[in-house]
Amino acid sequence: MEIVRPDSVAGVLDALASHPDALVLAGGTDTMVLVNAGALRPEYVISLRHVEDLKAWNARFIGAGVTYARLEESEIAALAELSRTVGSPQIRAAGTLGGNLGTASPAGDALPFLAAVDATIELVSKHGSRTMPWDEFLIGPKQNALEPAEIILGAHLPDDMPWRTAFAKIGVRQAMVISIASVCVTRNEAGETTVALGAVGPTVLRARRAEMMVSAEKDPDEAALDEFQRLVSEESRPITDHRSTAEYRRMAVGVLARRALERCLV
Amino acid sequence: MNVRLIVNGRTINVEVTTPLSLLQVLREELGLLGTKDACEQGECGSCSILLNGDLVCSCLVMAADADDLEVTTVEGIGTDGNLHPLQRAFVEHGAVQCGFCTPGFIVAGVHLLDQNPVPTSGEIREALSGNLCRCTGYGGIERAIQSLVEGT
Ligand SMILES: Cc1cc2nc3c(=O)[nH]c(=O)nc-3n(C[C@H](O)[C@H](O)[C@H](O)COP(=O)(O)OP(=O)(O)OC[C@H]3O[C@@H](n4cnc5c(N)ncnc54)[C@H](O)[C@@H]3O)c2cc1C
Ligand code: FES
Ligand code: FES
Repeated sequence: MEIVRPDSVAGVLDALASHPDALVLAGGTDTMVLVNAGALRPEYVISLRHVEDLKAWNARFIGAGVTYARLEESEIAALAELSRTVGSPQIRAAGTLGGNLGTASPAGDALPFLAAVDATIELVSKHGSRTMPWDEFLIGPKQNALEPAEIILGAHLPDDMPWRTAFAKIGVRQAMVISIASVCVTRNEAGETTVALGAVGPTVLRARRAEMMVSAEKDPDEAALDEFQRLVSEESRPITDHRSTAEYRRMAVGVLARRALERCLV
Repeated sequence: MNVRLIVNGRTINVEVTTPLSLLQVLREELGLLGTKDACEQGECGSCSILLNGDLVCSCLVMAADADDLEVTTVEGIGTDGNLHPLQRAFVEHGAVQCGFCTPGFIVAGVHLLDQNPVPTSGEIREALSGNLCRCTGYGGIERAIQSLVEGT
């Protein structure tokens, strides 16, 4: 096995151009589980550890190499909240946003946030960069739009970030859980609301009908919240797997969305 | 390829030819058996180490990617006859039963107290949430850490 550890994006792209089958290694928290299990045996590894450009983070952009440990400090409530729920301190010190996008698991906890704020994802290759909406990047369970010689540069956030954001997830215990269902809700001053659902579909989903219904409510009452919850459950597309049943997920995601919305209303 | 590790202050060169984890290199190549090998999935925390000061699971670090980094294992925290105060506190508070999880908890606990010398009970629990104890000695472990907090 060979490893290279470039210190720039250009260096990564050079290495990738000559080794299109290389494993791109960020925090390793998804990758090393596969390596340890013998499911992945890379011959050529490109480590992103020393690529400072990927660690850039400001109000409009989160570099692929930013760890959850750093994102826990975000002023955006949902981003800080979701980051605090990822794995454990050990996982958050290593795991990155880029790795969550790279793995593209339907249960990836950063993904509902990116979907709820309509983030765009920037990819780079030797041929230049392209930026696409989150739903063109996340195309299926563990499938994304990344081409072989490309890497993820990071996620761009909109100029007009919503006022209120909240994240909620449910798993089998408090700490160290993969989501059975997760949600991110945002609401702006005008009442416009977005709702993104994780782990209840082949990829992250937006509950568009629930959004439309509750965006029209200036000050949603109990009946409106009930209807919102019902619509979210209806719009989810869960499956039964080893973590939970479709039925439970459908119910839970509605409850979580309602609670997250309530936190955006106070 | 040659990998240069700085383990507990000592520079060590190892030959690595596979995507082996740092955990495997510490145990199998360097004979540092304090860092425990259990799940190799980042779930149990028994392989916890400090990598350039960050608390991480050594099973999720590719050894070749640790080239030139500083690694602190439990052996770098205390030794026989010269225990770290937290190790002494673990003994005094019955925080050790079978002992398998203990090195990981010591590394995580020392890291916590370095970062935050006066953690609340909630902060202690949060800081240890990546470490599992199958003998369920959590009460003793929390009290051991707490004893050092009150002492400061
Ligand atoms: C014990 C444990 C608990 C976990 N808990 C959670 C949880 O609660 N929520 C959650 O969402 N996830 C969880 N995870 C999964 C994992 O931590 C996250 O998906 C994390 O974001 C992965 O980031 P990484 O940097 O470690 O990725 P890596 O493992 O380094 O990479 C993952 C994939 O992304 C690719 N990749 C990484 N960066 C780039 C880039 N810049 N460009 C192109 N491709 C790239 C890699 O090639 C690889 O295919 C957990 C994992 C473990 C082991
Ligand atoms: S062996 Fe590394 S976390 Fe369990
Ligand atoms: S003391 Fe036995 S696992 Fe913790």
